[in-house]
Amino acid sequence: MEMTEAPILQVKDLRTYFSTDEGLVKAVDGVSFNLRKGETLGIVGESGSGKSVTNLSVINMIPSPPGRIAGGEILYHGKDLLKMSKSEIRQIRGNKISMIFQDPMTSLNPFLRISTQMIETIVLHQKLDKKAAKEKAIEMLKLAGIPSPGKRIDNYPHQFSGGMRQRVMIAMALSCNPEILIADEPTSALDVTIQAQILDLMKDLTERLGTAVILITHSLGVVAGTCDTLCVMYAGRIVERGPTDLVFESPLHPYTQGLIKSVPRLDRKGGGRLSSIRGQPPNVIDLPDCCPFYPRCDKAMDICKHKYPTPKVFEHGRVVGCWLYSEEK
Amino acid sequence: MIRFMIRRFLSLIPTVFLIITFAFIIVRAAPGGPFSAEKGTPPEILLNLQKKYHMDEPIFKQYLRYVGDVAMGDLGPSFRYKDYTVNQLVKQALPVSMLIGTLALLIAVFVGIAAGIASALRQNSWIDYVSMSIAVIGISVPLFVIGPVLKLFLALKWQLLPTSGWLGGRAGWLVVIMPVLTLSLPYLGYIGRLTRASVLEVLRADYIRTARAKGLSETVVMLKHVLKGALLPVVSFIGPAFAGIITGTVVVETIFAIPGLGRFVVQAAFNRDYTLILGDVIVFSVLLVLMNFLVDIVYGFLDPRISYK
Repeated sequence: MEMTEAPILQVKDLRTYFSTDEGLVKAVDGVSFNLRKGETLGIVGESGSGKSVTNLSVINMIPSPPGRIAGGEILYHGKDLLKMSKSEIRQIRGNKISMIFQDPMTSLNPFLRISTQMIETIVLHQKLDKKAAKEKAIEMLKLAGIPSPGKRIDNYPHQFSGGMRQRVMIAMALSCNPEILIADEPTSALDVTIQAQILDLMKDLTERLGTAVILITHSLGVVAGTCDTLCVMYAGRIVERGPTDLVFESPLHPYTQGLIKSVPRLDRKGGGRLSSIRGQPPNVIDLPDCCPFYPRCDKAMDICKHKYPTPKVFEHGRVVGCWLYSEEK
Repeated sequence: MIRFMIRRFLSLIPTVFLIITFAFIIVRAAPGGPFSAEKGTPPEILLNLQKKYHMDEPIFKQYLRYVGDVAMGDLGPSFRYKDYTVNQLVKQALPVSMLIGTLALLIAVFVGIAAGIASALRQNSWIDYVSMSIAVIGISVPLFVIGPVLKLFLALKWQLLPTSGWLGGRAGWLVVIMPVLTLSLPYLGYIGRLTRASVLEVLRADYIRTARAKGLSETVVMLKHVLKGALLPVVSFIGPAFAGIITGTVVVETIFAIPGLGRFVVQAAFNRDYTLILGDVIVFSVLLVLMNFLVDIVYGFLDPRISYK
């Protein structure tokens, strides 16, 4: 991967807010990252940290109301996706940028055959006739490891197991050769044995097709094995970003350090209790402009309670949002 | 599938048989009889009458005779309309009731679904509020209030429609409007609310998010992905709605003086016209079980997750 190449997707200072009865929820609050061609970017974070909302914002699919994108830019080849008309963005969704969702059991329409669901996408974006589209769909199912795809394509979703349905989702998402695949916790709802298979399949297919991947997950193990770059999200912000191996080797943000410490390790003997981060993730309703992690942070200082630091850029493209590294006071 | 249909169809026969048995017992348990209204009939004539209709036989024997006749398709002679058999009366009255019932059901289904979808898509708009208010009125106000109120305004005050009567009069097809409207309103309301709720539910489903993420337009998402799932509850409601409409015809035909099967039920009950009551009950229940049978079959075609064995 050449680092000099221009990114295909640039997310700049994205802010997605939800107005609820309890107050304003800043689900995503100033998130920035770049994605290069063929790169795999991991976004990790706890439930509710804004991972999924970030990516739904990318294809402008935030349910509105109550949600709205309050600021920022999402540049796809330099064009702002947020400024596109509904029909313009529809030509990108499922075509250039496609998505896989967490729960394969509910993400396919139970009333339509797999063929119908796959063909409609291919016909829509690739201007193929139905027959050619069906051949293409069968080919994709075969690539995704569905046995006897020619026969299985006419089945309904309930005739597939969870893992097989996720394979169908992957085949469907990649059927238009997208440039970017957003996988929102693609393995969280699956058996552990199937998880590895699905991750391998995604990796294999996207490498072969040259697709860039944004992999959303709450599992550091998944990220370690698959991603080039890693973003750690906490309460709507990316607190640390950098090349995966460097972040794992020397995490800078106290939250990242805590996360990595709390991963169970097979190579360390001696037992003992697994370390954990004390406290609970914050309630993001009407959150003040503080560092959202300070109540749980061992290194918290007075300033952490009053202001969020400007993220500091390190070498190798590492970015950290923490007062420990910030020069401004 | 075919085997399921045959088996399901055969299971309808005991259902109808049970209905006949219960209806027979209830009708005979009611005080009075078909001839008790005729005062001062000499006892020997009464005896002759009872003999003619086999009413002097033990009740169990009468029951067996009746069930045997029904099995052969003979609903017996009417006690009250002396020159008619029940079959003839049903043949006259059934088309009338069927016309009102079918029109009411069609209006309830189509207008109800359309209003439900419109309300769901424009949630909390004036369309939503207006149609859901009408729905609540339709569901909560009984037929015997809606009918006379419509009549009071549309027929008496504004003189737009005839008060009552049936086809063949001077008013022509105008006579159909009020009874059909009255009969359909509760089911229209119910189907409207049902459709609205289930469209809203399906719109929140994960697979709709997938469909949108594929770049499909809202129209395609709605027509291809939302409607099929959203209309399933409506289809299963058509069975009970049909039952309600059948009982509704009894009220509506009486209010608007329509010569249908429903009005016969009321008159026959007053007259203790045993065979006519039972005949009406049998016709209604056969229609009802057939309708439910049909709904089951249609449901199987709509929902691929249901398999028939």
